[in-house]
Amino acid sequence: MSANLSALFYLISGILFILALRGLSSPETSRQGNYFGIAGMTISIIVTFLSVGNFGPGFIYVIVFLLIGGSIGAFIAFRIPMTAMPELVAGFHSLVGLAAVFVAISAFLKPGAFNLGDLGNIKLASLIEMSLGAAIGAITFSGSIIAFLKLRGIMSGSPITFKGQHIINLLLGVAIIFLIYYLCRSQSSNIFWSVIFISFILGVLLIIPIGGADMPVVISMLNSYSGWAAAGIGFTLENTALIITGALVGSSGAILSYIMCKGMNRSFFNVILGGWGATDQTSNKEDKEQKPVKNGNADDAAFLMKNASSVIIVPGYGMAVAQAQHALREMVDALKKNGVKVSYAIHPVAGRMPGHMNVLLAEANVPYDEVFELEEINNDFANCDVAYVIGANDVTNPVAKSDPQSPIYGMPVLDVEKSKSVLFVKRSLSPGYAGIDNDLFYRDNTLMLFADAKKMTEEIVKSL
Amino acid sequence: MEIDPFIFRLSIFILSIFVGYYVVWSVTPSLHTPLMSVTNAISSVIIVGAIIAALADTSSSVFQGSNIFGFLAIILAAVNIFGGFLVTQRMLQMYKKKKK
Repeated sequence: MSANLSALFYLISGILFILALRGLSSPETSRQGNYFGIAGMTISIIVTFLSVGNFGPGFIYVIVFLLIGGSIGAFIAFRIPMTAMPELVAGFHSLVGLAAVFVAISAFLKPGAFNLGDLGNIKLASLIEMSLGAAIGAITFSGSIIAFLKLRGIMSGSPITFKGQHIINLLLGVAIIFLIYYLCRSQSSNIFWSVIFISFILGVLLIIPIGGADMPVVISMLNSYSGWAAAGIGFTLENTALIITGALVGSSGAILSYIMCKGMNRSFFNVILGGWGATDQTSNKEDKEQKPVKNGNADDAAFLMKNASSVIIVPGYGMAVAQAQHALREMVDALKKNGVKVSYAIHPVAGRMPGHMNVLLAEANVPYDEVFELEEINNDFANCDVAYVIGANDVTNPVAKSDPQSPIYGMPVLDVEKSKSVLFVKRSLSPGYAGIDNDLFYRDNTLMLFADAKKMTEEIVKSL
Repeated sequence: MEIDPFIFRLSIFILSIFVGYYVVWSVTPSLHTPLMSVTNAISSVIIVGAIIAALADTSSSVFQGSNIFGFLAIILAAVNIFGGFLVTQRMLQMYKKKKK
């Protein structure tokens, strides 16, 4: 296959990938979008085989390895529970990162195969592109591994900070750029390996200071990185499909990071530099325990909701941890039978990744047109009888609107307190991730339900 | 003076960033998780590089030096391609409208 023809086919794949993302603008078109993506990928792979034109024994092995990887991937995709989606995505990002590193390494070792010159005399532009691709790929790999370990709970979700951390990261970043410059001058393979090695370390150091609840930003950021790494390799290989995809994924991840940061009213750098909320966790414990709290049980909650005309459910990460989405759905079904109008309110940073709550609710067969984003539903709290807060905390804290001293001041929150009564399912009065007390617990219209989210919801179902 | 092909690729790259920007803003927030898994799947198109690397000059032996990295990259990318598209499909299948 001629180079021009295959370039045109790669362009078609690139367009199909754009359509794949475009499909996600609504759930109806999304499935079709996914097929566009699969078609684009198939075209890319077939065209590559045809343009390489090597159908010897190596080709058989490529197919075998493709199938091995494919069956592992398919196995994971079918087995993974929806609650584990954040760590799955983090794990997948690490694979893209490592694949980028491997491709860059083989391009460096055998530049002739990619038309990049000869070993020791690689074209300057290609050398810059491949080393940038390798560096970003390596950062994506090790960073995603850390994110994966944190999300999986293998590593503690609390931020790991030490003195001079940011300066070390900065120095490592500068060192990478400096080494790439030297690599271009000397073409030395030792320098190439050092670039990759330092990038691995930098990836680890960049992610360890970021705490568990900031994971939505981290995952989006690593998503973006994996895109830029792919684009770097795309430039090296002069491959349009890869360049287009890299740009799409890179900007997609960047936009998601932006949306997540805005959902917390924090700047990107503030999140990346990490270490939030670790300080004032213990500061005012004393006066906290003094305040009276109204304590209720499942029967009270069932009674309140049964007699309500509208209920808004506010799910959070706690719902995912307790796997309470199915029980919740049963509760809502029972309420609907009683003629109660039920809707769901989702805060942009609820959960551990963008859209996490929506997927869990969809899994529990909640129709997506009953699920609303913060801006869509926030005015409805004033007219609603009961707000059922399950596993969310900071995103409902009215302090974000009233107290300029509070670390979460200015963060958009759900106006839960405006509803006639609030049911707050929580294990204890402990503060949320931000380490600040939630005013809502002590309000007159709040009824605290101290229990595991799933157990409590199941009990409510029974007494309904 | 002739234009360096690099400039063309750079133009494609920058225009794609703009396309990505507008396309991704139009993605509904409830589908942000599938968005991440599908972007992850499509970024595995890096497998084209892996295939080229694996099949480069296999005249003497299939597994040698740089080819091995190509084969490793093929496995990693293949996990992602199949895993990414299938898990996206699984998620999207769950999004249903209210039964009328």
